[in-house]
Amino acid sequence: MTPVLEVKNLSTHFMTRRGVLKAVDDVSFTVGQREIVGLVGESGSGKSITGFSILGLVDPPGRVVSGQILFNGEDLLTKSPTAMRAIRGKRIAMIFQDPMMTLNPVLSVATQMIETVQAHDRVSRAEARARSRDALGLVGIPSPEERLDSYPHQFSGGMRQRVAIAIALLHRPDLIIADEPTTALDVTIQSQILFEIKRLAGEFGMALIWISHDLGVVAALADRIMVMYAGRIVEAGQVDGVLTAPRHPYTSGLLSAVPAAVPRGEPLRPIPGFAPSPLSRPSGCAFRDRCARATDVCATEPMLEIAADREFRCFHPHLWSAA
Amino acid sequence: MTNPLVETVPLIEAVDVSRRFSRKLDYAEKIANLFGAGLEEKTVHAVDEVNLAVYPGEVVGLVGESGCGKSTLGRVMAGIMPASGGEVRWKGRPLTSLQGDDKRAMRLSAQMIFQDPMSTLNPRKRVIDLIGEAPKVHGIVKGREMRDYVATLAERVGLDPSYLDRFPHQFSGGQRQRIGIARALAVKPKLLVCDESVAALDVSIQAQILNLFMDLKREFGLTYLFISHDLGVVKHICDRVVVMYLGRVVESATPDDLFDNPKHPYTQALIRELPSVTDRRRVFTPIKGEIPSPLHPPPGCHFHPRCPMAFDRCRVERPVLKENAAGHVSACHLNDLAAHQATHATAEPVI
Repeated sequence: MTPVLEVKNLSTHFMTRRGVLKAVDDVSFTVGQREIVGLVGESGSGKSITGFSILGLVDPPGRVVSGQILFNGEDLLTKSPTAMRAIRGKRIAMIFQDPMMTLNPVLSVATQMIETVQAHDRVSRAEARARSRDALGLVGIPSPEERLDSYPHQFSGGMRQRVAIAIALLHRPDLIIADEPTTALDVTIQSQILFEIKRLAGEFGMALIWISHDLGVVAALADRIMVMYAGRIVEAGQVDGVLTAPRHPYTSGLLSAVPAAVPRGEPLRPIPGFAPSPLSRPSGCAFRDRCARATDVCATEPMLEIAADREFRCFHPHLWSAA
Repeated sequence: MTNPLVETVPLIEAVDVSRRFSRKLDYAEKIANLFGAGLEEKTVHAVDEVNLAVYPGEVVGLVGESGCGKSTLGRVMAGIMPASGGEVRWKGRPLTSLQGDDKRAMRLSAQMIFQDPMSTLNPRKRVIDLIGEAPKVHGIVKGREMRDYVATLAERVGLDPSYLDRFPHQFSGGQRQRIGIARALAVKPKLLVCDESVAALDVSIQAQILNLFMDLKREFGLTYLFISHDLGVVKHICDRVVVMYLGRVVESATPDDLFDNPKHPYTQALIRELPSVTDRRRVFTPIKGEIPSPLHPPPGCHFHPRCPMAFDRCRVERPVLKENAAGHVSACHLNDLAAHQATHATAEPVI
């Protein structure tokens, strides 16, 4: 089966006055059909820019400088803006962290949803409205017919995120990119949204890229996980494997920094130091300044090691005896 | 809500504290009322008759979802917002009765650390003044000793003292939080009220800051009221956890007790829904419904519309906090039901 998305050697750079900022640096990955992929990393690791690059949403001074983004076999980077517009929202949809920023506050939800339907399909307003209502019902908004005529501010945070998901679902896209969609929500509401997303992705056979800084959320939702650090994917593999037996020291560092990793009351084990500024990253492995396993060889670029079901970039990976 | 381990006067205590926010009617609405529109002031009961005692040296965690009143309660207890009902007592004395030097000493002894340091640090001031101004004004250090004093503090919280002449925007989020902590420490407080102080930080920076909080507690004998929505963080660092829902305390216990044996259905849901790396569930069993607006809280138990166990009594009568075990209290009518069944069960064999 061909993958829905195949990203090859993607680099997205920002040409700033202080130099070239390599937000995404030689990133390659694939997303299979019906697959849920979690993309995790700390702030500034380039995970959101990776999502924006796929949809062609990187604004100057940023630019995709090299690579290929194959969506169902077609390279999105060679598409004209018009052709991209036909794909965006129709075959690839995006959900953002804060729906209050992406929904227009002065238009009713109906207007915005009908607009989305009619942007891609030649249908009557009545039919577009019916489809919008069905989409709202699908994501678990009670009495969708009445709620259609509400404005974004009349919804709670969780309901607003459901509206955003409903809009993303209007055209039954092949791929949804979700950028921290539950970060601003409360635990019980986050759980509701995760429940709906998982159900809908399965029901419609959509692939999903779930961008998050929360390993717990990704652990519960995703099939596969990719860990980004300083613009690169440093480790990728099946969720269970990566989280129980991480190979890259950064992944293991993230896992042991969470409070649940140490007994109550004992000091936590943070990764020493902080992420390097994207303008002045160390040469070679960008993690070596913070890494306990680093040696001289880390000053050169680690190659991508491909093991059975795991990819990582490290000269000194953790070794786990095969159980 | 007493802690049997510490038999002293609480450092700070909220007694039946309420905090209401109301919006006064504007002119148009008053005129409309003259014609019989019958408009009423809208009142939000942010905090509704809450009792909470924090003993010296204790770390008390206050958890709940947005709008549950945890931040408001924190502010009222830190003395930066007056209570609209009940009273806050500092070492047994009501805050409102404190005058002059006593009042000033209390104000200095209770400091707050906020979620977003960027909005609490004046962007036009240098770090040296941000940290040093308060101790200078209050006579804790003399003007010419200020730089040394601030440098020592900065070093203690993990800031490079050579950065003292920089502005807040030149620091990363974690470093800014350290500036906020140094500023709070500069006036030698006894109580730190941390309002979502690590919520905006990446996981490894969060771990660094939490470790710093724990080190400072040992070093300066600090007491914490730690407000957070993150149960994982609270479980790790707190001696006692208080769970709030829509302005009321629903449960309070030690972390081990609370996580192993939650009594209130809301606490149970919170713990069940907490995503965790170590305990991976592939299914979600969310509780239904939204958090109701505090403008129109449901009658009886505030949680009843979302509660899977709700029965008739929950819809009319407000449950009171009852002790389930030593140091473990919860406000739920199920407690009575359980007690009732227990007596019934023991009674039956006799008959």
